[in-house]
Amino acid sequence: MSINWIDTVEALTVVALVTIFTRSLPFLFFGGKKELPDTVRYLGTVLPAAIMIILVVFCLRNICLVAYPFGLPELLSVATVILVHRIKKNVFLSIIAGTGLYMVLTRTLFMIAS
Amino acid sequence: MKSFIFAFKQAIPVFFPYLFIGIAFGVLMDEAGYSAGWSFLSGVFIYAGSMQIVLVSLLTAGASLGTIALMTFFVNARHIFYGIAFIDQFRKMGRRYPYMVLTLTDEVYSILCSIDYPDDVDIRKTDFFITLMLHLVWILSCVAGALFGQLLPYDLAGIEFSATAFFITVCMNQWEAMDFHLPAITGLTCALVFYFILGASQFILPALTVSVLVLMMMKSRSNNQKKPDMIKLETTLTRQVEEISHEY
Repeated sequence: MSINWIDTVEALTVVALVTIFTRSLPFLFFGGKKELPDTVRYLGTVLPAAIMIILVVFCLRNICLVAYPFGLPELLSVATVILVHRIKKNVFLSIIAGTGLYMVLTRTLFMIAS
Repeated sequence: MKSFIFAFKQAIPVFFPYLFIGIAFGVLMDEAGYSAGWSFLSGVFIYAGSMQIVLVSLLTAGASLGTIALMTFFVNARHIFYGIAFIDQFRKMGRRYPYMVLTLTDEVYSILCSIDYPDDVDIRKTDFFITLMLHLVWILSCVAGALFGQLLPYDLAGIEFSATAFFITVCMNQWEAMDFHLPAITGLTCALVFYFILGASQFILPALTVSVLVLMMMKSRSNNQKKPDMIKLETTLTRQVEEISHEY
C-alpha cells in the first residue's frame, strides 16, 4: 500500500496541534497571571478527585451491562483492586492482582470468541 | 539521583499500560501500511494513546483535515481540565514549563496528582523525570509495536486493564488524603448520570463540565455561609472595641 506523504504529514500535524491546544488551554488562560484567581486555586484542589473518578468510569465505558458477560470480568477485577488496595495499600500489588484476574477471567470463564 | 529513583518508582505502574497501548498502536499503523517512522513521529508529537489509535482509522478512511481536527478536539477535550491543578507547579519549572504542559496525559496527570513527595527529593526534578521517562517509554512502545508487534509470541490482551487499576488506586489514595469527599462523589455522580443518559461515547465532557460547575457552586455557597458569621464576628468585635475605648 502506498502512503501519501503530504496527506499523512498534514493529518499528524493537525492531531498534534489540536492536542497541544487542549493541553495548553488552562495555562494560556491563567499561566500568565501573577496570582491565580481564587476560583482556579480552589478548583485545582477539588477537581483532581472528581476527574480521577470520571476517568475510571471512562476506562470502563465500553462494558455492556445488559448482555453476556454483563461486564463481570471488569466489575470483579475492579472489586479486587479495591479490596486488595484497602487491605495492603500497595499500588503495585493492587494493579497486578486486578489485571491478573482480568486477564485470567477473559481467557477462561468469560472467554469472548474472537 | 534520589529524585530520579523516586520518579522511576512513581512511573512504574504506568509502564505496563503504555507498553500495551503503544504496541497496539504500532501494530495498527504497521497493518495500515505506515512504517515505524510514522509511529515514532506520532509518539513524539501527539503522545495521546486513545487519539493515536483513532488516528489510524482516520488515516485509512482518508478523513478530511476538518474532520480530523474536530475528532481530535472531542477525544482530547478532557485534557482542558487537567492543567488547572498544575498551573502554579508547572510555571515554576522554567525551560521545562512548555514540555510539562504538552505531555500532560491521563496517566501523567494521575501520577502527579497523587504523589506524596518525601522531603529529600526535588519536586520539580521529580515531576520532570516522571514525565520524560513516560514519554520515552511511550515512544519506544509505539516504535516497537510497528517493528516487532507481529512477532510477539504472547497474547497481551487485557493488560490495558492495568491503567484502570492504577486510576482506581489513585482515587482511593486521594479519598484517604482528603478530609471531605464531595468532589469525588460529585465526579462519580456526574459520570454515572451522563453515562446512562448520553452513553459511552459522549458522557465524559458533560460529566467534567457539570462537575466543575457543581464544585464552583459549592464554593460560593460555602462563602455565603461564612458571610453571616463574619458579619456577626465583626459587629461583636467593633462593639467590644467601642466598649473598651469607652472605658478608657
